[in-house]
Amino acid sequence: MPKWGMVIDLDKCTGCQACVVACKTENNIPFSTPEQAEMGRTISWIEIIPIMEGEYPRPKLRYLPRPCLQCDHPPCIKVCPVYATYRNPEGLVGQVYSRCIGCRYCTAACPYTAKYFNWSAPTWAKEFEPCLNPDVSKRPKGVVEKCTFCHHRLQKAKEKVKAEGRELKDEDYVPACVQTCPAGAMYFGDLDNPNSKVTQQTKSPRAFRLLEELGTEPKVIYLTEGEWHGAYRK
Amino acid sequence: MAHTESNQSLNADYRLFDPVERTGTAFYLVVATLLAVAGWGFYAWTRQLEEGLCVTGLNRPVYWGFYITNFVFFIGISHAGTLISAILRLCHAEWRRSITRAAEVITVLVLFFGVGNIIMDLGRTDRLLNVVLHGQFRSPLLWDVTSVSIYLTASSIYLYLPLIPDIAMLRDRGMKFKWLYRMLALGWSGTESQHRILNRAISIMAIAVIPIAISVHTVVSWVFAMTVQPMWHSTIFGPYFVAGAIFSGIAALIIAMALIRKAYHLEAYLKPIHFNHLGTLLFVMTLLWFYFTFAEHLTSYYGAEPAHMAVFWMKVSGKFAWAFWTMVVTCFVIPFVILCNRWTRTVSGTVIASVSITIGMWLERFTIVVPTLANPRLPYEKGIYHPTWVEVSITAGCVAAFILLYILFTKLFPIVSIWEVQEGRERALADAEERIRVYLPSEDVRLQETTP
Repeated sequence: MPKWGMVIDLDKCTGCQACVVACKTENNIPFSTPEQAEMGRTISWIEIIPIMEGEYPRPKLRYLPRPCLQCDHPPCIKVCPVYATYRNPEGLVGQVYSRCIGCRYCTAACPYTAKYFNWSAPTWAKEFEPCLNPDVSKRPKGVVEKCTFCHHRLQKAKEKVKAEGRELKDEDYVPACVQTCPAGAMYFGDLDNPNSKVTQQTKSPRAFRLLEELGTEPKVIYLTEGEWHGAYRK
Repeated sequence: MAHTESNQSLNADYRLFDPVERTGTAFYLVVATLLAVAGWGFYAWTRQLEEGLCVTGLNRPVYWGFYITNFVFFIGISHAGTLISAILRLCHAEWRRSITRAAEVITVLVLFFGVGNIIMDLGRTDRLLNVVLHGQFRSPLLWDVTSVSIYLTASSIYLYLPLIPDIAMLRDRGMKFKWLYRMLALGWSGTESQHRILNRAISIMAIAVIPIAISVHTVVSWVFAMTVQPMWHSTIFGPYFVAGAIFSGIAALIIAMALIRKAYHLEAYLKPIHFNHLGTLLFVMTLLWFYFTFAEHLTSYYGAEPAHMAVFWMKVSGKFAWAFWTMVVTCFVIPFVILCNRWTRTVSGTVIASVSITIGMWLERFTIVVPTLANPRLPYEKGIYHPTWVEVSITAGCVAAFILLYILFTKLFPIVSIWEVQEGRERALADAEERIRVYLPSEDVRLQETTP
């Protein structure tokens, strides 16, 4: 059983937001309004968090792309009262939209603030409606959602390799954000395969995981920008 | 001779039926006002059901606000009744007799609003039953569902049992709703064996209800403490919440008693001595509350973990400082000053302290729920929370509906337990004398000691 994981090289990330756009399009993320965005209600499964450090005249701006970290020990799944969020055998943390009661306990328990709530019914611009991805369900109002590592792509890949009668390889399955990243800062693959690109990357001395001390064992591994190794762990 | 005396006192106690049997215009005015507020709250809820939680001020990362605060607050108030009345009963505190029912009714009625606020907080109220159909027992929310259900059942039974003899009296007076009282009286005729069974049942329930009540508020605190979020993940939360619950519960009881006393002219039954005793109890809880609050905040401050400090400073000197310091003043300074001496521990003194505590304890719940969510562990997503008219209306509606139900209860059943007051007159004096005699050294022992 593969263990899917992602590596994000912060040295390469330019903060261009292409991954965010790709994710929103791929996963039918509803449009927000300026008022709702101001209130902090925009849904964005992957988010480029801008981090300001220092003050004028020496300010520093850094970017941290943050999808769901797909923890191996997710604090969110323990607290769900109805099994609407769970960890599957391949390590992906799933959401069951039709089961969720919208209590927002998982969103409150996630230390990474990586879960989103549908405050109102989803809306898209009329012109955009035909562009919705048929592989991903639209979420109703009142339920929680988050990054799934484009799980629907894994389903498709599995069907494809089954039809072709071969084993699933790392290249068969890649989330939209990783596929899009123009800077080549994101890698995706099987963390249990010692020869995979991601496994090789995690051996880098630059590798770290967000809030590692909480023991959540995230499967998104970051490579720091050389000189500020560990700065995120505060 | 003794028989006539007790008959006379019985006749005097019949004025406790007055609120049930007579109704003035003031009652209708109050009911109409409360109905209007509750109705407005209900309208606000329909707006929320229609449009979704976007009508609230909630956002990411402040996912919880007024509703969860109300939930914790109301469940806390519910500790007024059952727990206090059970402890007083078990301790044979004779002054309890005229106040236990007023306390027990608070418990049962306010629980509905505690649970109601959780239901109103759900994004998908229509899927509420999933909690039963697909319950996941690792979730503290399900522990809550379990313990609150048990608590509601137990405290309803505990309210009902001591009501039976009074319901039988109402049945025998045959004024209104005769069919209702006949059904609820369960054929009570006041025989010696019936009394024995009833007293035994009440004792059993009084014992059972204490651990249940403590479990309820412990589990409520665990909803927060089981997560790893800063200033929620604290081992002190269980006892801290239980102490706070009893604290706000006693305060609510004092307010209710004062209103009943005033509205139904029950000065003879709810005397200054009752307020004084409850005031002393409230004073002890004031000190305990301060101790817990101090210990909790000093531990966070001294440890100085950045994630905890972000929450700490937001409470102490940041955006929620107004709520935090109002809480300190209303939960500690005001009640401490009023309750620490018997000159101000009067009826009006204890009521002022209680109103202050009730406001302060709501703010305490608020400053526990919101600042932590506004400062998540990953420190880049800061949030702020401003409640909307919907949340304020629903909160006001809940309070109004609770008071309304309470008033309606007093119109159906006597709010002071008549048979227990009478039992106090007839039996308790002799019982107490007997009990005190048991504590003292017996006559022969003293004789033996004095003889060389």
